[in-house]
Amino acid sequence: MRKRSFFGLSKPCFRYELATGTTVSPVVIPVPEKVTLYIKTPYQKTSAVLKPGRSVKTGERLVLHEADPCSVISSVTGTICDISPFLADFGNAWTAVTIRTDKNEMADTAFSKAAEQPSLDTLNRFFPSCPGEPDFSALADDRHPVHTLVIYGGNADLLIDTGLYVLKTHIDAINAGIQILRNATGIRNIAIAVPRESVQNYSGHLDAQVQPFGSAYPQAQPLMILHALTGRLPDETGTAAMGIHFFRAEAVAAIGRAFADGRLPVEKNVTVIDKTGKKHLAIARIGTPVGALLKAFGITVDNQDRIIFGGPMTGNAIYSEDLPIGPDTDAILVQAKSDIALYSDYPCINCGDCIRVCPAHVPVNLLVRFLEAGQYTDGAELYDLYSCIECGLCSYVCPSRIPIFQYIKLAKYELGRISFAEEMNEP
Amino acid sequence: MNPKKTLLVSHAPFWHDGGGIPERSYHTLLAALPAACAGIAFYGAPALGVICLSISTAILWELLMNRIMRRPITVGDGNAALVGLLLAMLLPASAPWWVVVLGTFLAIVIGMQIFGGIGGNPFNPVVLGTAILSVAYGRHLDFDAGLVNFTFTAFASSTDPISALKAFGPEAVSHLRYLDLFLGKQVGGIGSTCGAAIVLGGIYLIFRGFIRWEISIAFLASVYLSAALFNMADPTRFAPPLFHLVTGYTLIGAFFLATENSSSPVNLFPMLIYGALGGVLTVLIRNIGAYTDGVLFAILVINLTNPLVDKIRPRAIGKAA
Ligand code: SF4
Ligand code: SF4
Repeated sequence: MRKRSFFGLSKPCFRYELATGTTVSPVVIPVPEKVTLYIKTPYQKTSAVLKPGRSVKTGERLVLHEADPCSVISSVTGTICDISPFLADFGNAWTAVTIRTDKNEMADTAFSKAAEQPSLDTLNRFFPSCPGEPDFSALADDRHPVHTLVIYGGNADLLIDTGLYVLKTHIDAINAGIQILRNATGIRNIAIAVPRESVQNYSGHLDAQVQPFGSAYPQAQPLMILHALTGRLPDETGTAAMGIHFFRAEAVAAIGRAFADGRLPVEKNVTVIDKTGKKHLAIARIGTPVGALLKAFGITVDNQDRIIFGGPMTGNAIYSEDLPIGPDTDAILVQAKSDIALYSDYPCINCGDCIRVCPAHVPVNLLVRFLEAGQYTDGAELYDLYSCIECGLCSYVCPSRIPIFQYIKLAKYELGRISFAEEMNEP
Repeated sequence: MNPKKTLLVSHAPFWHDGGGIPERSYHTLLAALPAACAGIAFYGAPALGVICLSISTAILWELLMNRIMRRPITVGDGNAALVGLLLAMLLPASAPWWVVVLGTFLAIVIGMQIFGGIGGNPFNPVVLGTAILSVAYGRHLDFDAGLVNFTFTAFASSTDPISALKAFGPEAVSHLRYLDLFLGKQVGGIGSTCGAAIVLGGIYLIFRGFIRWEISIAFLASVYLSAALFNMADPTRFAPPLFHLVTGYTLIGAFFLATENSSSPVNLFPMLIYGALGGVLTVLIRNIGAYTDGVLFAILVINLTNPLVDKIRPRAIGKAA
């Protein structure tokens, strides 16, 4: 963890990983005994198609009910041994499917048939849970037509190598993926965000407009890139209302590879960062328990340590080593107990450090007072909640140790829910 | 399977720069210490007594309020101790014990705790406490009357230069050398006279990022400029600008009082306006107002303007309109 410099007048300055040293290829994690996959829909006891005991093949599309739009692609061959409810972030209810793996791997053929016709329907059917977790629902929504796709080639947090590693090593697959997306969606405008340092490696080689970003944190945050592209930031209706949709480069590479091979990719690139800050690149089946990855690199976890999905500024802490890596898990960060700074319940002392550090000019000192009181609408209307590009720097410097960033995310989430409900009620 | 481990779960970000309120308070205490020590050197044991009483009662008042209001005990963060020390530094070494106790009561209870404690106070508690004392018990805060029993062999004048200026005009203080005044050879508050020590502490705080330099610099620059204008208009009635900088509460006000977090702005232009306004008001009160030293009232007034001026802020990015 980086500390405040002695001369506190200078701002903290972080740089993203440039993945220049990643000449080593990732360590392949063996297929674990059990994998856990999530279907992002509430658990139902009465599933006719998905029951414990049923055998599944690698690449098979699993749904709770035939007509359900929510599905997950099995990353292994084996037998379902458990289906149970799972409580995800912000209290969202999902269904967890645990599969005991089989030695003999068999590939499902449903996709290879569909792969001959790369349509939006095929993408929406088979890809939402593929590595990089692309979301196609916004493309199918005709209330807000999407006119620009942005392929995100950066790492959305510090310490992480995954995004840039994929961009560097899978450039052909990404190019193929761009073609497929263009044909399937009919969207002409496709931009790809890459680090400024390596623009020359991509411009002209990729069939997309190259959008460079700087290497100083938080220039590569997705919202920062959106702002650089459009000069605007989304409000409670989300990016879809702006007609812009993001895909991770890893997802586009997965799409490109899948249609070339006729097989769905089921492996995720993950950066594993141990307690000393040493990084390892791994490749593992989606659904592999975190513990298996940590074991592969000899990382031991003790009581009161912290495991984080994602990076140090914007990640999510998890509560068990048994939780699986998901299609969006770019990194696993392990922190020793002694490195953890605790939040406090002090009020804002108006020190102004957050104002100096905020790249978006959000009046954090005022905003946080409203958010603490639950007055989200006032925060959004009067104190620029929606200008926040979600970098977490304000919490990083706050001497009162207020979980400001969490308040901001919660406020955005709650307002988004209200706006969604209102939109649904409109005739 | 190995026994379950409890992992720590919390929200992003998972890094923190390590700063905290105790750190800020203790470093500000440290920065104020040289000036306080200079006061002890000049005034001896009585000054030490006032400082100790002030710090300890400030802590006790806060503890008492924490208890009464059933709030977490906050004395460990050092803020009460800081308020106590700064209050003592503004008082004369001759201040009777009950003035000190009353002063810390006003600062901690009236100035801070009834507004919800640290971060909630609209006025600088130290300034508020001292200002009320000076209005209600001006006699005990009058440096000349209080310190009449002290002998100041090292000082060129045994009266408070700024009240001498008020009473007799610039002629009466023209024999004082600025360097002597800056080094603390003047009659005044325990910790407010030794400009050199205060500036040293102030620069430390600025470089450590514990106070906002914009406020201090704007305050001092504006004291200098407005005093210079007065002096140009009529040198026989108004003292030269440097005199105003090195006397009274100007320096301690600029570095330790006007910069109090909760009652001062955080955006660039507001900080400059706030500081500049404080400087102008100080000189106005000193030169044509009723009070001897204008710093306390000037700071109270700019505290009042803080929420208003802090509305001037840069436009946040990505606004649709
Ligand atoms: S409010 Fe905080 S999280 Fe949002 S952009 Fe500013 S510093 Fe970053
Ligand atoms: S950094 Fe924290 S304490 Fe300081 S002004 Fe911002 S929110 Fe308030």
